[in-house]
Formats: sequence, C-alpha cells, structure tokens
Amino acid sequence: MKKLTGLLIVVLLAVVGLYIGSIQLDRSQGITGNNTLNLYNWGDYIDPDLLTQFEEETGYHVVYETFDSNEAMYTKVQQGGTAYDLAVPSEYMVERMRDEELLIEIDHSKIEGLDHLVPKFLDQPFDPDNQYSIPYFWGTLGIVYNENLVDGDEMNTWADLWDPQYEESILLIDGAREVIGLALQKNGYSLNSTSDAELAVATKDLNALADNVKAVVADEIKMYMIQEEAAIAVTFSGEAADMMWENEAIKYILPEEGSNLWFDNFVIPQTAQNIDAAYAFINFMLDPEIAAQNADYIGYSTPNQSAMELLPEETIADEQFYPGEEKIGNLEVYEDLGPKYLGIYNDLFLEFKMQ
Amino acid sequence: MNRQARKYFFIPYTLWLGFFVFIPMALIVYQSFFNIQGEFTLENFITYFTSSTYLSMTLNSIVFALLITVFTFLISYPTAYFLTQAKNKQLWLLLLILPTWINILLKAYAFIGLLSQDGSINEFLAFVGIGRQQLLFTNLSFLFVATYIEIPFMILPIFNAIDEISPSYISASKDLGANQWETFRRIIFPLSMSGVRSGVQAVFIPSLSLFMLTRLIGGNRVITLGTAIEQHFLVTQNWGMGSTIGVVLIVAMFITMRITREKKKGRHKE
Repeated sequence: MKKLTGLLIVVLLAVVGLYIGSIQLDRSQGITGNNTLNLYNWGDYIDPDLLTQFEEETGYHVVYETFDSNEAMYTKVQQGGTAYDLAVPSEYMVERMRDEELLIEIDHSKIEGLDHLVPKFLDQPFDPDNQYSIPYFWGTLGIVYNENLVDGDEMNTWADLWDPQYEESILLIDGAREVIGLALQKNGYSLNSTSDAELAVATKDLNALADNVKAVVADEIKMYMIQEEAAIAVTFSGEAADMMWENEAIKYILPEEGSNLWFDNFVIPQTAQNIDAAYAFINFMLDPEIAAQNADYIGYSTPNQSAMELLPEETIADEQFYPGEEKIGNLEVYEDLGPKYLGIYNDLFLEFKMQ
Repeated sequence: MNRQARKYFFIPYTLWLGFFVFIPMALIVYQSFFNIQGEFTLENFITYFTSSTYLSMTLNSIVFALLITVFTFLISYPTAYFLTQAKNKQLWLLLLILPTWINILLKAYAFIGLLSQDGSINEFLAFVGIGRQQLLFTNLSFLFVATYIEIPFMILPIFNAIDEISPSYISASKDLGANQWETFRRIIFPLSMSGVRSGVQAVFIPSLSLFMLTRLIGGNRVITLGTAIEQHFLVTQNWGMGSTIGVVLIVAMFITMRITREKKKGRHKE
C-alpha cells in the first residue's frame, strides 16, 4: 500500500511538472491564444519548412493537426469543441459544409494573389466565385503500375484492370466513391451517377473484379508499391508522384475513359478563433515561390499558374500530372450525392469488399 | 463506518456508471431507431435483419471471433498452467504482458513487415525451399495476428485462477491415488473455469469488432461488424445504422456473458 501511494505521488508530481513545463515552454516561445493558427490538414500535405518560414515571417504560431478522410474532418468540425482556423476539405465536402453553414464566407478583399491561380480552376460548380474556398492542390485518380511486373502497353484503361492475368495483384484505394466511380466510368457512365440501372451494371462489374484485387487499403498503398508487394494500384496522382520518387519502375497513367478530377481547398470553418491568421496563411500559400516549393515537395499538381512557371520543366511537361486541355475535358469532379445515394454507394462498396 | 457515510462513497461509482456506461448505451439504443433523415423508425433493424450483406457479415464476424477465441485458448491455457509451475512466475508473467504496453498499431505494422513478400517469414520459406507465399491479406494471417494480440488477455485470468487453487487440493488428490492427468482433469481444470470464462469474455467480444487489423493485415478482404460501424459513422454519416450494429454487438455481449456465466449448482460459492 505504501509503495502504491508512493508511486501515485511520483506519477502526479511528474504530471504537474510536465504541465508547468509545457506552459513555461509555450510562454517562452510567445504562444498565447491570440497568435496561434490552428491548421487542420491532411497528413503529410505541406512542406514542414514552410510552416517554420510562415512562423518566422508573421509571428503566428502554427498548431498543425491532421485528418485522414474528409468525413473524419467533417465530423470533428460539425461536432464542435474544436477551434480550427483553417481546414482543407475536398470539393464535394466544401459543398456539403457550405450547405450546412459550417463555413465562414471568404472576404476577397483580404486575399492577395488569387490572380496567380489558373482561371479554369476558379469558380468551379462546387463553389461559385470561390465564396467559401481557395484551391490548394488538385489532382486525379489513376492507375499506378510497376513496369517490371506489368507491360505498360497493356495498361491504358480502367477496363484493363479486369484482365485475368492480374489475378490477386491490384491494390484498391479504400473509398466508395473512387472504386464505384471507376466501375461507372469503365462503362462510360458519369461517376456522379444516381441511376440505379447504371449502378447495378457497375456493381456487377466490380464483383467480377474481386478476383484481381489483392487488398483494399489506404495510405499503405504507397509503402506496398515501393516495396513491390503489389504490381498495380488505383490511387491518387500525388501518392503516385511519391512512389515514383522512391521506385523508378513505377508509372502512373490516367485511364482513357476519363477519371476523377479533385480539388483540395482552404476553407475557414465556423469554429475559427483567429480569422486574421487564416487569411495570413492563405495569402502566404498563394505566393508563387512558396506554392512552387510546396508542390515540389508534395508532388500533387498546383493550381498556381505563376508557381508552375517556377517548377522544373519536366514536372510541368508530364501529361500524367498536368494533363493537357483534351484530357482534362475527360475528367469529372465529384458532386455531393446527398445522403441517400451516398448510403447506396457505401452499401454497394461494403458488399464488394465482402466478396 | 455508519450507513450515511457509506452512501457517499457510492457517489463516484454511480456517476461513473451513469455517465460512461448507461448513458452511452442508452444513446446508442436511442440512435438506432432513427433513419438517415432523422425520422423515428424500425427501418434500421429491418434493413439489418433482411439484408444478406449484413447477415453474412455477422456470420463472418462470429466465425472469426470464435476461431480467434479457440486458438487463443489453446495457446493460453497450457502457457498459464506451466507459468504457475515455473520458478520465477511473476517475471515470466511480466514478460508475457510486456507486449501489451506497445501500441496495437505499431504491432500491426511490425507484422506487415514480417508477413510481406520480402519479409523475414518469406525469406525463411524461400531459404528452406518452400518458396515465397502470399501471406499478407489472407484469412490465416489475420487470425494469426489477432490471436497473438489477444493472448495476454486470455493468459492473465487463467493464470490467476490456477494460481489461486490451494496446493492442498492437489496434494489431497494425489494422496487419494489420482495420477497427474486425473488431478488436472478433475481438480485443476474445473477450478480454473472462472478464469477461462473471463478470458473468453475478454477475447470474444472485442474480436467481433476488430476493424483496424481487418484493414492493415486483412487488406479489407476480411470484413467484420467493426468495419461496417466505422464506415457508417465516418463515411455515410448514417449514425442510426451504425448504432443498430452497435446494439447487435451489445446483445451479442449479453448472450456471451449469459452462456459463459458461472452455473450456480447450490454448492459452495465464493
């Protein structure tokens, strides 16, 4: 008993000591509520050097928190109790959060550098006139393959994934919209389809794909492809860029049937405490040099025209990451399906996973 | 101590039970009666019990949980038994519990390293001439890792139960002419059943809803009810359906407790 009490006291003292220490540390760095920016972003989605640079230039302290899905981010913001000043949802989530009044309208007089962005990426249907969001990165969904294991000439379309020679060799991204979307596009339908007949065709096709699927995973795809655990994967362009950096045999293609075009965007949630810091950060990231450095680090495609000019020639010339007009025309942006069809998509996906 | 004072000691427990057990459970049951439009309905339960997807998923989960429990038991019982006979039993016990201090996610990643195409296990298989096998994303690897993770939760209660058996029972049994096996079968095993029950409860229920391992080790080729709950809360935002599955799990828990509870046969009770 005495020992236990002693142990308890030691633990309590350590806790108090650490708490006081952390307050002291914060104070010595000049961190108080007023000059903190709470940034809520995807994991590994910004060059950490830029955060330091931002802190040095503006004096704001950045608290960086990460999420791994739009829905997880949405749930946290919607439930309240958080004080995120800036979040980075994808387009369909911007639409949904705007409709549910979770976002603060952006005051364009406080934004500098919007003219650096490619005009065709502004004023998108999910957010007319960019009232609530500023694009951060954009990209596509496509097929990654290892050219040592797969013949590149035989991999051009979504339909090629169904080829029986790829038995047990495909990794799929764990997302209902992505997987059902590719089956819809394979059949020439829109990936925002809300036609039950079209969905039935897509599901039937997907079930036939199950034999070729090795696993349905998320971030781990990167690791598995680099280690050559799998030959083929369906994933996002930026992930592909990372893999290609690590393993030269890896190639990325945009399927000929078309694919998904997505945007991740800065938004200011209703929960924001420090709106000035949010604007300061948006402006900082719109700066062409900063945006170029960030794009070079992350590997996704920047919507910043002026930054593109600063990027290496071969990056911009790469049709798979900066597709030309003709290919971009083939790409579709996700629309918010509404709860009913979102539910249906997810149930179909769950059924597919159970195969 | 007088009655009045004793009452106050119950306040923290009552509050704890209320806030962290009864209210959350009531909320889950309450939520399960609402569909995605927020209307009060039995729709979720009807969907659950008429959809082949959910039913086969439930069957799947139960089969996997059963297998995990059986394997865990088969490994844990002998281990716990020999531990009680060992010299430095507390030290050995500590060594067995030590892995539970490591985060389950880290352990899962360690297994990915072991089971992958270039992992140590495949290196070994290639070395002895069997050749590389696809280990990751198979039912077998999922069962293997889940069993590994659950083992300490089975060993501990069984160890305690066997350790508490008074040595005089065993001496008495031997004096009366029973051999080792008979002593084990008639004395030790029946008296350690309480530990086995707690162990089964501690392993079976969590195994029904393991969802992280199903993705990391099973590559989502193994689907349990936990996967569906996660998806309904995070992706579809259909909290009603998610709660319905939660209610099914709670009911399953009560059934398990009921089956594994101590049978009162009128004889001595602790």
